[in-house]
Amino acid sequence: MKKNSSMTVHSLLTLAWILISLYLAFIFAPNEANQGNVYRIMYIHVPCAWSALVGYTVIFAGSVGYLWKRSQFADDLAYAGAEVGFIFCCCLLITGPLWAKPVWGVWWVWDPRTTLTFVLWLLFVGYLLLRTFFVNPAQAALLSAVVGIIGFVDVPIDYMAIRWWRTQHPQPVIMGGPDSGLPPRMEIALFTSIGAFLCLFFYLLRQRLHMGTARRDLEQLRRGETATEF
Amino acid sequence: MRPGTIPAEHVLEVRGVSKYFGDFSALRRVSLRVAGGESLLIYGPNGAGKTTLLRILASLVQPSEGEIALDGVRVERHSTAYKKRVGFVSHQTFLYDELTVRENLRLAAKLFGVRNLETAIDSALGLFSLQDRAADIAGRLSRGLQQRVTLSRALLHDPDFLLLDEPFTGLDAASVVALESLLRQLPMQGKAVIFSTHDFAQGASIASRMLELDRGAVRYDGAMTDAPWAALRARPEEAVRG
Amino acid sequence: MRALDILWTLFRKDLRIEWRQRETLASICVFGVLVVLLFNFAFTPAGEESLRLLPGVLWIAFAFAGILGFNRSFAAERQNACLDGLRLAPIEPGLIYLAKMLSSLVFLAIAEVVIIFATALWYNFSFVPSIKWFVSIVFLGTLGYVGVGVTFGAVAANTRMREVMLPVLQFPVVVPIFIAAIEATSGALRGEASSQFASWVRLLVVFSVIFIVLSFLLFEYVLEE
Repeated sequence: MKKNSSMTVHSLLTLAWILISLYLAFIFAPNEANQGNVYRIMYIHVPCAWSALVGYTVIFAGSVGYLWKRSQFADDLAYAGAEVGFIFCCCLLITGPLWAKPVWGVWWVWDPRTTLTFVLWLLFVGYLLLRTFFVNPAQAALLSAVVGIIGFVDVPIDYMAIRWWRTQHPQPVIMGGPDSGLPPRMEIALFTSIGAFLCLFFYLLRQRLHMGTARRDLEQLRRGETATEF
Repeated sequence: MRPGTIPAEHVLEVRGVSKYFGDFSALRRVSLRVAGGESLLIYGPNGAGKTTLLRILASLVQPSEGEIALDGVRVERHSTAYKKRVGFVSHQTFLYDELTVRENLRLAAKLFGVRNLETAIDSALGLFSLQDRAADIAGRLSRGLQQRVTLSRALLHDPDFLLLDEPFTGLDAASVVALESLLRQLPMQGKAVIFSTHDFAQGASIASRMLELDRGAVRYDGAMTDAPWAALRARPEEAVRG
Repeated sequence: MRALDILWTLFRKDLRIEWRQRETLASICVFGVLVVLLFNFAFTPAGEESLRLLPGVLWIAFAFAGILGFNRSFAAERQNACLDGLRLAPIEPGLIYLAKMLSSLVFLAIAEVVIIFATALWYNFSFVPSIKWFVSIVFLGTLGYVGVGVTFGAVAANTRMREVMLPVLQFPVVVPIFIAAIEATSGALRGEASSQFASWVRLLVVFSVIFIVLSFLLFEYVLEE
């Protein structure tokens, strides 16, 4: 019961936060000098990028946790992080070209940032495919953890790409060093929407984790034992 | 039970071991204690969990719950000390088809850190009269000969616990006799033998004790002398057919 | 040193098996050369252009040859469950990885020599002027590539459709290695000063070390059941 009510609170919080960030993104924040209204897709694009990166970080954390503690929860966490992170990564790859077309004049440019974001998407795909193709379910958690950890090596590179290399992709606006800041109103809107998306991310993550525990309970019942709390 | 002429110094314990594959239970809370000098038959219908139990004992498979203990101490994952004391003969031969019999045995002997390599290999070959097959390529041997090489391989490092999963498969009459006498001899040297076979009569003639598994759970664990009646009562047709 | 002794034993075992059947080596050499040939048909490059295409062609050929090799690298261990035989032995699981990595490195290196000869011939290109840097870059890139490939080959061996699963796992992860290797190779082949492409070489070293160390540490979990 307690779990359910905390989920309800979380869902309402997410909803409210998203509504606020929509208001800030579309009404409160001013037009951008060169791009006009077009730039407003940033309030979806950037939060998606954050959520996708957090998603792969969750895979990594869950993988390390599983190998270390052998807790089924950690394995569920990694799987959940992959599925939810993948959705945001898809949004990231959809909003990117939508933004690029009017601004750069092309849908896609192969620069380090876009390349490595595409790589991130492929890492999600590889991980998720792997999880569905195991022959022996007892090995699934172990082998996915190994792949999740090795794949994570690429994630910091993706994050650092726009910092290390000068690219066509815009420079980071957050923690990107001096003169990279946004006007205050835009900054407020951006931070709020990042917060809203992360809130949504963790809400979906919790729901997905819930499914994982439920599946495990079901397996246990099918094995003809009473379900116990893990 | 065979009279304990030699004090039992090696003790292998299975403590409440379960193994799941998703919603399928291969083993359910199996507990077992085997000491040096014993020979244990693991018996049960197909899918009873015999192979899973043997693979867990060989440390090839990790239990989902429970643990294995050696001489009272819990066996950790990848414990090299444990692996040195266990020999395992599985359905599969563990032989490289491209290597000769001697090369296969030499590889195993090196990995197990066997001293006096060539002497140990020669005596292992001698156990199943394989001396004149030493230079043959393993992949070209018949299934029965390969099984004899596999048996020699498992004995190379002189294990305290010998685990055998259906070891009689494919053996010719002479080799069956040789293996039977070996399995009777080892316990007298203080070793423990744990094996599974579908031929109840053959198993009963070798083992001092029986563990009967049924759908992953222990159904009977006790002296062989009482066991045949239990097994016959349970499934006479199988025990008779063998 | 027992560990080195074991490593050497396992490594020699792989070489001996490969020598007796010559399956992996023959298939990856032929496959790699075919990739180069197809590129030649597709682009028929001449003169300056071939210098621009060459690094990419080489690394794509190496990549495909490698994938074929990794898919096969555990084939010998799968027959008769030989991998179980290794897992029974009282040895550090990381050694099984290192031995496999070294033998795969040798096989891929041989294939790469064949591929490089083929390209030199068909593209009328001399690798001699830049040979020192070229060889080091190819070695480092191959090292990192094999370092991940052996681990993922072992992972993919436990899945359905492993021939598809391996490249899907492998290629995204090694993209940084590829980018660095191709950039460094083209710098070296153009005869640039080594300071021009040194940062790419550094990246190659970093990635190779990270991937090999991680794989060495994680391989025991790959072998677990």
